[in-house]
Amino acid sequence: MAQIFHPSTNTISRFSIFGALFAVAGLLWLVLFMNRSYYSTQVNVPREQPVPFSHKHHVSGLGIDCRHCHTSVEESAFAGIPPTKTCMNCHSQIWADAPMLEPVRESYRSNESLEWTRVHDLPDFVYFNHSIHVKKGVGCETCHGRVDQMPLMWKENTLQMEWCWSCHEQPETHLRPRDEVFAMGWKPAESQAELGPKLAAEYNVRSALDCSVCHR
Amino acid sequence: MKSNRSISWNRNRAVLGVLATLLVLAATGCRQDMHDQPRFEPLERSSFFEDRKAGRMQVVGTVARGELNEDAHLHTGFVGDDLATTFPFAMTREDLARGRQRFDIMCSPCHGRVGHGDGIVVQRGFRAPPSYHSERLRGVPPGHFFDVVTNGFGAMGDFSDRLSVEDRWRVAAYIRVLQLSQAATMGDLPGDVKSEFQDAMGGAR
Repeated sequence: MAQIFHPSTNTISRFSIFGALFAVAGLLWLVLFMNRSYYSTQVNVPREQPVPFSHKHHVSGLGIDCRHCHTSVEESAFAGIPPTKTCMNCHSQIWADAPMLEPVRESYRSNESLEWTRVHDLPDFVYFNHSIHVKKGVGCETCHGRVDQMPLMWKENTLQMEWCWSCHEQPETHLRPRDEVFAMGWKPAESQAELGPKLAAEYNVRSALDCSVCHR
Repeated sequence: MKSNRSISWNRNRAVLGVLATLLVLAATGCRQDMHDQPRFEPLERSSFFEDRKAGRMQVVGTVARGELNEDAHLHTGFVGDDLATTFPFAMTREDLARGRQRFDIMCSPCHGRVGHGDGIVVQRGFRAPPSYHSERLRGVPPGHFFDVVTNGFGAMGDFSDRLSVEDRWRVAAYIRVLQLSQAATMGDLPGDVKSEFQDAMGGAR
């Protein structure tokens, strides 16, 4: 029987045994890369919503405080999505005939909830709590980005564990005075390296790395 | 000898094939059960209830713990049939600061930071609310403001779901502060504030 492979293929097979190491490493890298890609994390990807609500307009255009609508952010785990009534407080008279707002009016008439598409959805095994972060001086902007510049809502950060960890390990790098928590575009007057540890001491903030801090 | 090796090779291949099939099956079985556990997050949609809301409304008439609301003065702003002329609890400086904060968050978009009824939403076309500094509103008792925040008034919806009972009183108290601030005379200022003010105004009186 004639040989199927030419002797030169020996070189190729030797090379591929050597190269397999790189192939496996490359595959691992690909998985990690995919896991962190915008495609997978949906970071910077605006979501379709039943009404194209603009935080940019309401926050930087009108200067409305976050807590006007997200009323439970200071007391509860959940920041709160406003009921249709909150929208209608103003939109009963402003843009009252705008076709864009018809789903809001329909919701108000029928008493059926608007079904928003969730942008920030943590896995159910993570027990995130807004109120404690707000009380300890973590700004809205720190996690949610410049919401006042988002015409449509998108995720600014991955919300992956390595991202949470980066701040839980060194919280002082991300703290701001409590008065500035709801401000957008805040910058420390002094350097964060000086201010952060001061605030951490004042607010009694320590790095929180126990599993049970977030997982129960 | 040769046939034995061939059999074992075939068997190996068969085992590998089965393993590969299992791996593929296992991979297709990957689900997000841990990510989406069978419990509801706030405001999550439910396929069980007819109105599709996982969060259930209280049955009408339910009295939750701490919500007996026995104190009419505190919870309605009325004493008997009349609007309360006093506050149900003493207003401290902290209460006023909290009232100011809540006022700025909830009320200032329409009423304006100082209460002239010229907030940004009014500038964009909403019917202007009356100024707090009118003769009429300077004369109403604090219970009036509490009642309006609790039940709404005219074009204004109620804020009872967004401001706690105590916070509504604090806001009412802060409205009193605003009224005082706009009608204050030089004589009302304490000495050190007066000189500071005069310096700021370039010595004008």
